Amino acid sequence: MNTVASDWTSARRQIVGNATSIGFAVAMYGVSFGALGTTTGLTIPQTMALSLLMFTGASQFTLVSTLASGGTAMTAVIASWLMGTRNAAYSMRMTPILKTSGPGRLVAVQLTIDESTAMGLAQDETAFEGRASRLAFWATGLSVYLLWNLATFIGAVSVSAIGDPKSFGLDAAIAAGLFALVWPQIKSRIDLSVAFGGALIALALTPLVPPGIPVLAAAMVSIIVGWVTSRRLA
Amino acid sequence: MMWLTVLAGAAGCYALKYVGSVIPAHILEQVTVKKIVLLLPISLLSALVAVQTFASSQTLTLDARVPALAAATVALKFKTPFILVVLIAAITAAALRYFGLAT
Repeated sequence: MNTVASDWTSARRQIVGNATSIGFAVAMYGVSFGALGTTTGLTIPQTMALSLLMFTGASQFTLVSTLASGGTAMTAVIASWLMGTRNAAYSMRMTPILKTSGPGRLVAVQLTIDESTAMGLAQDETAFEGRASRLAFWATGLSVYLLWNLATFIGAVSVSAIGDPKSFGLDAAIAAGLFALVWPQIKSRIDLSVAFGGALIALALTPLVPPGIPVLAAAMVSIIVGWVTSRRLA
Repeated sequence: MMWLTVLAGAAGCYALKYVGSVIPAHILEQVTVKKIVLLLPISLLSALVAVQTFASSQTLTLDARVPALAAATVALKFKTPFILVVLIAAITAAALRYFGLAT
């Protein structure tokens, strides 16, 4: 994804092109999210509000699927926050590169997600006095924002028209969608044990505690493993 | 109530994004914090997958979602695009239910 063009005009074209294709790829998730939102019992405006205001896919999927499995509002909200913690790390990384302030900062913060950060960091930070990094971030953030919301709307509207979501296998689609989100994140043995640990704790607790709590309890695996492994490295 | 959930979730997620732009860098740079932030989505998403596949409210069940997830796993192994993975799972579950092979 590194920009190789030496002049700004072609570098800019290349960055904007990449940003646009990422937007379209992400839109596929957006359609699924919109569909999931309205089948879970959210209205179309509520589903849209999540994409417009929360705008971080994994947190949105987490909130909605926790509600779908019968979790309380409180557990759904907390789970979505936990899922959003990595965005804090992203905006810490991007802020000195973007050099934003005032309203620009407030907008940049909202656009700080997996894709915009990855694209921003994929550029050489010094290329074109940092313009390449900044353009990559803004172009990706805006393209994903527009297409994600458009896709959410399409998904929400088309599914609210159909009948029993189970007969269309939508419950299985949710599980598969979440699985596809976590799959590329598992890169090491430790990641894999965290994944299995989280899944097992959640299932073990399911009959014992109210829905929603098992997923929150699974977060403990990450905290413990993260703490222990970083101690060992230090 | 649902609006409150939506808005509280969104407000917290925005706050997290904002906090990163103002807190001193050394806090998030700590190895432990970095590691935990990286691992949190993995345990949460895996737990959600498990619950979404094997649980109906507070009961553990084996139904059409299990073979559907198995089909999705095969698709993921072959690096199938997201939307196809989701469709394969949905079609598997829908077909098994339609033919009365699973609930």
